[in-house]
Amino acid sequence: MTLDINKIRSDFPILQSTVHGKPLVYLDNAATTQKPQSVIDTIRDYYTGYNSNIHRGTHHLSNLATEAHEAARRTVQHYINAEHDHEIIFTRGTTEAVNLVAFSFGEAFVNPGDDVIVTELEHHSNFVPWQMMCERRGANFKVIPFDENGDLRLDVYEDYLSDKTRIVAFNHVSNALGTVNPAREIIRMAHDIGAAVLVDAAQSVQHIDHDVQALDADFYAFSGHKIYGPTGIGVLYGKEKWLNAMPPYQGGGEMIDQVSLEKTTYNKLPFKFEAGTPNIVGPIGLAAAIDYLNDLDFNEIVTHEDDALAYGRMRLLEIDGLKIYGNAKHRTSILAFNIDGIHHYDLGTLLDTKGVAVRTGHHCTQPIMTALGIDGTVRASLALYNTREDIDALVTSIHQVLKILGR
Amino acid sequence: MSTIKDIQDQIIENFSFLPEWDERYAYLIELGQKQEPMPEAYRSEENIVRGCQSLVWLHRECRQGVIYLQSDSDSLIVRGLAALLLQIFSGQPAEEALEADLTFFEEIGLNQHLSSQRANGLLAMVEQIKAFAAQCADEKA
Repeated sequence: MTLDINKIRSDFPILQSTVHGKPLVYLDNAATTQKPQSVIDTIRDYYTGYNSNIHRGTHHLSNLATEAHEAARRTVQHYINAEHDHEIIFTRGTTEAVNLVAFSFGEAFVNPGDDVIVTELEHHSNFVPWQMMCERRGANFKVIPFDENGDLRLDVYEDYLSDKTRIVAFNHVSNALGTVNPAREIIRMAHDIGAAVLVDAAQSVQHIDHDVQALDADFYAFSGHKIYGPTGIGVLYGKEKWLNAMPPYQGGGEMIDQVSLEKTTYNKLPFKFEAGTPNIVGPIGLAAAIDYLNDLDFNEIVTHEDDALAYGRMRLLEIDGLKIYGNAKHRTSILAFNIDGIHHYDLGTLLDTKGVAVRTGHHCTQPIMTALGIDGTVRASLALYNTREDIDALVTSIHQVLKILGR
Repeated sequence: MSTIKDIQDQIIENFSFLPEWDERYAYLIELGQKQEPMPEAYRSEENIVRGCQSLVWLHRECRQGVIYLQSDSDSLIVRGLAALLLQIFSGQPAEEALEADLTFFEEIGLNQHLSSQRANGLLAMVEQIKAFAAQCADEKA
């Protein structure tokens, strides 16, 4: 059985809308995905039915909200196959999850002269927090370059690894080029020398394998809004042994055990890392999004998205002067390109008038753009509801736009 | 020299004949292309107004309290938008430029380019023109 794409498309109300009088062709999914009706309904039901503060109430609504919030933690746990539910920390997003680890892991385990390794393929969110931590801790910041295809130089990585390496951070999928990095190999190599690994899964958890135990990731971070859930909620998975050994990231309510004038003791996992009243509805909405995916066959999603990607590359390359960035061995969901002599801002602006939503610019990956010698690209990024018809609409619109630009 | 208000009204009228987005952008791009090319010497580091996605060069001169501007951009659309700003500001008394209320962007449906998260440097360009006008007005006084 294959995915019923018409049914799926009808589940996402925004996909039925028009932009500038044209049917919306939404190809900016790496920035954020659209939400199915079930997620929207779940959020509305929370606010209309049982909104309340959690973990402390003696009243009925508080119990309902607490149960839903903690059930959501277990939904996330099962989706990424974590061993324990207390290894799931809710954050604002991937960025906060990375910052949490960079701070708390850095405080506990990184000392002057140690090495921290990231890659040149990172989003600024998985680059700058490590750079900041290295400055704070007096550690060395090492960056694995990528080759002309967009594949990481694992030979350089191997050279960088040593008994001084404390942690390696990399994205499973590059948001700018769509490269699928060999996560298991990168993690195994780090573990061989005793280093921990953080996987930025913001662009992978919704598209490819996401089993943290199979990957053997020490930390794994992703954002709710890129996996059909609400904004403002993210997930940090961490192995219990690391999380227990790390100091809290922020102080406040929820994260404490006992507070006195002399000393504060901290709550157990996961609450030690969740200071303050949390985003209560966020995880509940995220769980609804995961439930939506769980009702589909994930392998069929992968097959469908790979087909749209391959079709997209083929159709785009028919356009004169169009260059695609990213020819890595394994790729997913991203079509990054430029057309000779045409500024990406002009192309993106004019595509918008045709109802086609893409992103232009450097995509928060300035080191990648610098390495490629460009200042930006046009990026069309796919999700499970995109079809070959969306690609056709993109290509037709590009031809119309080229006429406006006098080509 | 027409007043800033007259010029804005004229721009709004010109665009009113172009109901389709395609036509508006084609016209805008044409405006940019018809603009006198900027001398190479003015494409200097100090004249760069940096947007997140596109570059604008803005050359400024002040003579007897009047501001004179030239501009260019690596984006055709931004060059066209900058050409509109030059129609409005270049050759105007600094005091007038300082007071100018740019209502026309909204009227012609291109407000997104001013408000869109400083992506194209246009908002920064307006700010720099205003700052220069203030400086020019001071010099005259």
